[in-house]
Amino acid sequence: MNIWVIFLIVFVACFVAGWVFRFAGEKITEGKPFFRDMSMGVAFGYALGLVVLVWVVWSYYLSRTLPAPEVNKYFFFRMAIDGFILFSIAAWLFRLLGRIVGTQATKKLFRQMPLTASFGLMTILIYAVLAIFAGLLAPYGQEQIIQGAAANIAPGGDPAMGGNPAFPLGTDQIGRDILSRLIYGAQNTVGIAFVTTCLAFVLGGTLGFLAATLGGWLDQVLSRAIDVLMAIPSLIFALLLMTIASAWAGSQGGMLTAYMVIIIAVIDSTRVFRLARAVGANIVVMDYIEAAKLRGEGLFYLIFQEILPNALSPLLAEFGLRFCFVFLTIASLSFLGVGIQPPLADWGTMVRDLAQFINFAAFAPRVASAPLLAAGAIALLTVAVNFVVDWMLQRSSGLKE
Amino acid sequence: MSIVLKIIVQRLGLGVVTLFVVSILIFTAVNMLPGDFAQAILGQGATPEAVASIRRDLGLDQPPVLRYFHWLAGAIQGDLGNSFAQANFASFVGSDSGGNKASVAAQIAPRFWNTMFLAGVTALIAVPFSVLLGILAALYRSSVFDKFTNIFTLSSISSPEFFLAYILILFLAVLNPWLPSLSNIYQGMGFGERLEKTLLPALTLTLVVTAHMMRMTRAAIINLLASPYIEMARLKGTSPMRVIVRHALPNALAPIINVIALNLAYLITGVVVVEVVFVYPGIGQLFVDSVKIRDIPVVQACCLIFAAAYILLNLTADIMSILSNPRLRHPK
Repeated sequence: MNIWVIFLIVFVACFVAGWVFRFAGEKITEGKPFFRDMSMGVAFGYALGLVVLVWVVWSYYLSRTLPAPEVNKYFFFRMAIDGFILFSIAAWLFRLLGRIVGTQATKKLFRQMPLTASFGLMTILIYAVLAIFAGLLAPYGQEQIIQGAAANIAPGGDPAMGGNPAFPLGTDQIGRDILSRLIYGAQNTVGIAFVTTCLAFVLGGTLGFLAATLGGWLDQVLSRAIDVLMAIPSLIFALLLMTIASAWAGSQGGMLTAYMVIIIAVIDSTRVFRLARAVGANIVVMDYIEAAKLRGEGLFYLIFQEILPNALSPLLAEFGLRFCFVFLTIASLSFLGVGIQPPLADWGTMVRDLAQFINFAAFAPRVASAPLLAAGAIALLTVAVNFVVDWMLQRSSGLKE
Repeated sequence: MSIVLKIIVQRLGLGVVTLFVVSILIFTAVNMLPGDFAQAILGQGATPEAVASIRRDLGLDQPPVLRYFHWLAGAIQGDLGNSFAQANFASFVGSDSGGNKASVAAQIAPRFWNTMFLAGVTALIAVPFSVLLGILAALYRSSVFDKFTNIFTLSSISSPEFFLAYILILFLAVLNPWLPSLSNIYQGMGFGERLEKTLLPALTLTLVVTAHMMRMTRAAIINLLASPYIEMARLKGTSPMRVIVRHALPNALAPIINVIALNLAYLITGVVVVEVVFVYPGIGQLFVDSVKIRDIPVVQACCLIFAAAYILLNLTADIMSILSNPRLRHPK
């Protein structure tokens, strides 16, 4: 109950401080409208913001100065703040670089870019490089159980803390290098999610445009079928179909992964179909489509030469969001143990395997950080993609206010 | 018959039809499994006679259409069949005297209420919190507060559920032992204790759904702020808070209610992962366990329940947005 008392005290203190702040501001500036018209809520907000800021700075100061046993409590906090500062600086530098190097158009793009979007772009680039060159960058193989290395080496590479400089992020419970598995995870998890999203777009986009162009009974049948498929929550449906796929695939992990790609692509293509059909239906009624039809162009030409180029920009924004969704679904399935199968390294599976180490956080924070690394890798990429998509949507639509 | 009533009846009928088709889909999917139930119960080394006998007992020798209607009739009456995992051979050949231990319904019922409890607690926290946050963000749009909530909600939307769950466990259970990290709920537990054990999973789910609701609330209100009658209210000197709460909010209610219902529907999916992380004895955890051991009757039943809840919530969203439209409520 102690914690509630503290909350109450902070709340009352903020209220008083806010009132004092407003009153003092009004007196000092002799009734500037900013202070005069400030509502009590806003004043309270300023005070609360200040309290949170002071608390963050004080905790960060403690995390850097406290001796060993007590500092464990602040270890993750410090890592989070350090990571935040590091990424902010990197994103700022990346934006600066984009403003100096490149063509006129890209320079202009970078000049208008908020920091969140440049952080997103930078992170996506890093992940792409890691995923493509995983084989070259990873120090060990993804399935390699390293001879002579102990299992469960703590991350950090500090021998005094149970680490080993040869394995900067430690080893997992059967002695595989976590850094290598994380890098290969980028290739497997992101790669599979990307392939699945592309498949979903090819399938859903083609069907959606077909339905929009042809209309009639095909449109009706497809739309009703999609309605039914969308009436089942996607993760639940995926789990149901994975049960069946796992019976079909037997003990072949590779086959199960292939089935998973197809299943998720089909489930996700329903959402793409909806969008493609809606966008396509607006384009089909245009005059230039009528002209193309009168010229005697075939269906293939109509869809890929006339409709697709004009529907590209909403589909691209949707691609980013769909990718996030597919990526999270695959990670969740893997976390639940029915997604990407071992021995392929994959972030969801890694989180599940290492999860029990979180309970050691109070006395061995480095050990506990291992599962969070993989989960954080997933979150970082989706956050990055979301930031970029958010920025793109804000640029293209009137959501400016 | 008024227009509203007609539309609602129409939607309800559509919902029932959808549920019917979904049940066919689930049944067909499960019937695509190689081998059949009898084979699965008895395993590889079964004699053909034993398999045939069980097939007869379970009615598997009947055509699929008949079996489907049998299953559906049972499901409507609350009889969802027998679970493989809980069943022993005796219960299938009919010499079982241990009551209905193996029935799926008996397994699901207590877990269903646990899940409803979790979803209820989550909704109670998440809905007021996100609507309030959305109103504040709309009121102070493009301020530091707005930008901060934007970044925070975008991050929590895009993190996988298990990441949020582990972060909360890390900070609220392990580093600061305030809340229990395992939700070992049993029957006959006091309400306070139950609430305490449910709080951490509920908070995780709150983080998952708040972002969407808050962003939609904000967008719906900001959309309205450009309309002339809001300008009018402002010009006559109404305070900003009052403009939003009295003038903008009632008209923004339809999209907000819609997104709340949709997010509660989304909770159904989120619940699966969160229940696994916290070992919460709900229906989601049962579902995942059954998927792993291929306990088909349970998977089928859970899937049907999830789909029914999902359809029901979507239907509610539909009907609520119809009801909150004054043009439909008061036809000329």
